[in-house]
Amino acid sequence: MKTYLLPEYIVERDAERCIRCKVCVNQCTYDTHYYDAEDDVIRSRDENCVNCQRCVTFCPTHAITIRKNPNAYRENSNWTWETFRDIKKQSETSGVILTGMGCDKPHFTYWDRLLLNASQVTNPSIDPLREPMEIRTYLGAKPDALEMELENGDVVLKTQLTPQLCLETPIMFSAMSYGAISLNVQEALARAATECGTYFNSGEGGLHKSLYKYGSHAIVQVASGRFGVHPEYLDVATAVEIKIGQGAKPGIGGHLPGEKVTEDVARVRMIPPGTDALSPAPQHDIYSIEDLRQLIYAIKEATNYTKPVSVKIAAVHNSAAIASGMVRAGADIIALDGVRGATGAAPKVIRDNVGIPIELAIAQVDQRLREEGIRNKASIVAAGGIRSSADVVKAIALGADAVSIATAALVAIGCTICQRCYTGKCPWGIATSDPWISKRVNPEIASERLANLLRAWSFEIKEMMGGMGINAIESLRGNRLALRGVGLTDTELKILGVKMAGE
Amino acid sequence: MLEEEKAIAEISAKLLPRLKVEKNVWKIDAEGLHYRELNSLLRAISRNGAERIEAHNVCGQRYVGTDLDAAIQIDIYGTPGNDLGAFMNGPTIVVHGNAQDGCGNTMNEGQIIVHGNAGDITGHSVRGGKIFVRGNVGYRVGIHMKEFQNKTPQLVIGGTAQDFLGEYMAGGVILILGLDLQEGEFCKARFVGTGMHGGVIYERGNILKPSKETNVMQVGKRDLRVIESLVKEFCKHFGADYNAIMNAKFHKIVPASKRPYGKLYS
Repeated sequence: MKTYLLPEYIVERDAERCIRCKVCVNQCTYDTHYYDAEDDVIRSRDENCVNCQRCVTFCPTHAITIRKNPNAYRENSNWTWETFRDIKKQSETSGVILTGMGCDKPHFTYWDRLLLNASQVTNPSIDPLREPMEIRTYLGAKPDALEMELENGDVVLKTQLTPQLCLETPIMFSAMSYGAISLNVQEALARAATECGTYFNSGEGGLHKSLYKYGSHAIVQVASGRFGVHPEYLDVATAVEIKIGQGAKPGIGGHLPGEKVTEDVARVRMIPPGTDALSPAPQHDIYSIEDLRQLIYAIKEATNYTKPVSVKIAAVHNSAAIASGMVRAGADIIALDGVRGATGAAPKVIRDNVGIPIELAIAQVDQRLREEGIRNKASIVAAGGIRSSADVVKAIALGADAVSIATAALVAIGCTICQRCYTGKCPWGIATSDPWISKRVNPEIASERLANLLRAWSFEIKEMMGGMGINAIESLRGNRLALRGVGLTDTELKILGVKMAGE
Repeated sequence: MLEEEKAIAEISAKLLPRLKVEKNVWKIDAEGLHYRELNSLLRAISRNGAERIEAHNVCGQRYVGTDLDAAIQIDIYGTPGNDLGAFMNGPTIVVHGNAQDGCGNTMNEGQIIVHGNAGDITGHSVRGGKIFVRGNVGYRVGIHMKEFQNKTPQLVIGGTAQDFLGEYMAGGVILILGLDLQEGEFCKARFVGTGMHGGVIYERGNILKPSKETNVMQVGKRDLRVIESLVKEFCKHFGADYNAIMNAKFHKIVPASKRPYGKLYS
């Protein structure tokens, strides 16, 4: 069948600048560039280009420019280029349109309509360069009250505390499995988390033996596929997360295609190489809050109550009520993933249409747990669209204890959000299990980039807190007076629990 | 210190009266015990080299045998609760009664032998070890069973199963005998092997109605060897008549494709 699809991008090569070094040919994993020996010239197959900018970045003479194909269809606000492309593609293949990364539509972002406060005249701001500023965060259930006793002049804590995660900065790395990302990337995340005193998350692909040494900064997942879940895996980690849902694809499972299940990926997932790794949509032992409680306590029992158990859900319509149930089921940490959360592969129609923005979910969950007097029984971790330290501060002010980042972390190590993670051919060596392409990420350099990012954001968080006259992150948590909204309806303001700017 | 004494030292005073040692068999009276107490007893005993434990008056306690990785045999009298042997890694559990839901959930290694019936999702995501059930099992049994390197989990059902037997099955062996069925009677199970993409289900006679994602085939010599050895073990555990069971035609149900959803996406 002749395809009616037009190339999305046009590769322009400046013939005067091109020295025919073939860097672009070697760097592109989609076979966009090729060398024509007869004419001694490099040519391009525009239809293969995904605009990942790998060749542009590595071309030594800056000879390449990637442009959006100017051959547009007749302008139409309803029938965009994207809708044309999807319909034509589906009419040629009858397949579900896959995509990678998070929702790329602009209409769900509330961060940009929230503004932070600062101290002026009546209370002094604090300079974090000179004054102590506390951003250490503990995740886990907190007791209703603390009992203390004086022993030989020292205060001794009598209350038995449940296990906690100690974060030196309220930013963790979201769950990304080996298979979805390369081992080098996972190692970089593990090293950066260890260096910065925070946590990375194995995702549901098991934990590679070479990463066991980072277990003190690892959260491991138990998901519907139960891949790689065995006693040692649970023992080596510091916390265990039950994955119910993911912001990019609430309500559906995951299919890691057999071709991505290399020998090594298979060993870590504990399945035969080359087989599809299918994660069913539901966990088949969880049909209710009571069942969730059963799995939470199965894990607590299997780890002898030494680790906090997190439960991750996608932010959906009834998140607040669900979260209340999760806390009552015994979850120590509630991980919420918003509609803009990213993925290695998801049907585009799900990614862009299912779930709710994380901002609204944080506000509602925090509010509900406070109203029910159980907010102390679990920490809230928010993810799905955190792009900057300002988003972190706003998330905490809305009621989160900490956030998780994934897209921002991958961008730090090269990702350009071309949204083709599902192909397994990531030219930046990130979303791939191909051992050859994976070498493009050097774990040492990548972990340095990640640690730099966390340090920079941490300092910016302190700056923003200082500006508000707040010197401990606890004073920011759920402090919605630190926020004001712009361009929001009364209902939106009410749900977010913030006032209009100027109010 | 003797090993017995070491174990006893770890057990809180409240639980000590529940324990008796007779001829190297550790006997627990589990009546009214919370699962945390029962499991802490099992942990303490197994850590200190016990080989046989008997738990009496078990009634609904969950997660029995989880977090144990010793080669120990635990005989349970009564009805253990959900998630019996969840994440288990080595022990043998013999249930002299019925088991409830989630028996053997995500088990890595070990054996569970149930003299009565077992509930829903028996053998959920097991990766290794064996489960024998003399009676019937519930819904979604053997869901997402896997296999890994030298581990091939095996699940033998003496009676019948309910819907979605072997759903999402990715590896391992299920053998269903249908011993209590009348001539010509089928298992009530619908959607057998839905989403199955690995492993094999053996049926004695022609008692299952498999889903369209599977193929039914004659058994070969290699299949028969597996069936024979499993039936032998089954008879050893439950005292059944080997020849009577083997005097039937066996079939195997295998996935039609190793990639059932390979063409779903574009």
